[in-house]
Amino acid sequence: MKDRQLVIVGGGPAGMAAALAARAAGVEDVLLLERDQHLGGILNQCIHPGFGLHHFKEELTGPEYADRFVRQVRSDAGIEVSLRSFAIKLTPDRHMSYLRPGAMEEVRAGAVVLATGCRERTREMIHIPGSRPSGVYPAGLAQKMVNIEGWIPGREAVIVGSGDIGLIMSRRMALEGVKVKAVIEIQKTSRGLVRNVVQCLEDFGIPLLFQHRISLIRGRDRVEAVDVVKVDDELKDIPGSGFSLPCDTVLVSVGLIPENELLEMAGAEIDPKSNTPVAKDINLTSVPGIFACGNACQVYDLADSVTRDSELAGSLAAAYLGGAGK
Amino acid sequence: MKRTMTCIECPQGCRLEIDADGTRLISVTGQKCKRGAAYARQEIEAPMRTLTTSVLTKGLELKMLPVRTSRPIPKEKLFEAMEAVKLLVVASPVKAGTVVAPNFLGLGADLVACRPLEKA
Repeated sequence: MKDRQLVIVGGGPAGMAAALAARAAGVEDVLLLERDQHLGGILNQCIHPGFGLHHFKEELTGPEYADRFVRQVRSDAGIEVSLRSFAIKLTPDRHMSYLRPGAMEEVRAGAVVLATGCRERTREMIHIPGSRPSGVYPAGLAQKMVNIEGWIPGREAVIVGSGDIGLIMSRRMALEGVKVKAVIEIQKTSRGLVRNVVQCLEDFGIPLLFQHRISLIRGRDRVEAVDVVKVDDELKDIPGSGFSLPCDTVLVSVGLIPENELLEMAGAEIDPKSNTPVAKDINLTSVPGIFACGNACQVYDLADSVTRDSELAGSLAAAYLGGAGK
Repeated sequence: MKRTMTCIECPQGCRLEIDADGTRLISVTGQKCKRGAAYARQEIEAPMRTLTTSVLTKGLELKMLPVRTSRPIPKEKLFEAMEAVKLLVVASPVKAGTVVAPNFLGLGADLVACRPLEKA
């Protein structure tokens, strides 16, 4: 088993910022694990502008924002990047196992930063009734399909949830020629940025229906329609308000869940409601020497904020290593 | 005529109070920075948007290359631009910032790559 000073899991904005900050704070040996074939994480599929206004004082797309960090990470000889590498085990004393093509590696880490991001909440988690036809996708998965894989998931779509991912995908689908029938939001306001409501929906004439929910997904093999109903302030259906929207695709954008299985395995305390680490301050966990940053620590609105806070995680890890070495 | 508008220049999304006569801006208040007034004027005169989309590749490590216009283009040209993007194929390796189509549609904006892509 090899000894490594700092092991970071996740090569998105959080992991890259933590790696660079740890190096700046004097950590000589950083191993950065990324399960995809490229660094950048979810930024690679966020091809829209809106990134970098705080950190770089200019507006960049997600891939451009990622590229600036990727180039810094790649030019730093103290950071070993291991792609297609999937961490599968973490113990409380920071023994980590990970798979990479052709091998299973085991390392003993002086400190660990978990920058593992989030996964999407699904249709099942918000209990949308109806049949189980094809054509129902989490919005972020659809984003990957369209922007990276180059597939358009359907021709007529209804979006569930008006968070930023739902709004951004409404515009993306509309640009690609998909008829976006409506965005359905059960609350009275959007969780997304108001600029996204304007430039993603109003620009394209897409209706945003507040205080509505999908009561049924119809269709046998493929989605054929959704039934929509208006709800009152207690989120109860208003009788007689229902109507049907024909569509072949439903994109579900109803929030993110931090991915903290490794942290759980290491015995750290995790808030069962938010799936975030329980700790006395940001980037800390209940296990000494194991840190968490980015969306795995708390769900962020802006990548720039992820960078800022994750730099702190990198310096916290460096300080821990400095103290542990003395 | 007075109306309100949301500035889309940054995530703050300032609510602007606009007074305009047709396509002539008379006054704007509510912006927290100078970009708000410039946005309001442009939006009243001729709305502009930066187009971001992806272009098909051939022989490169990913099937799609994310691209953007180097500057905003007229909002009314977005769909025309999308039709033109569908005809493009990028077959040579690129870096972030490589021009994929210069003076795209004659709009004075280049279509540029947003990430590096190597040969497959």
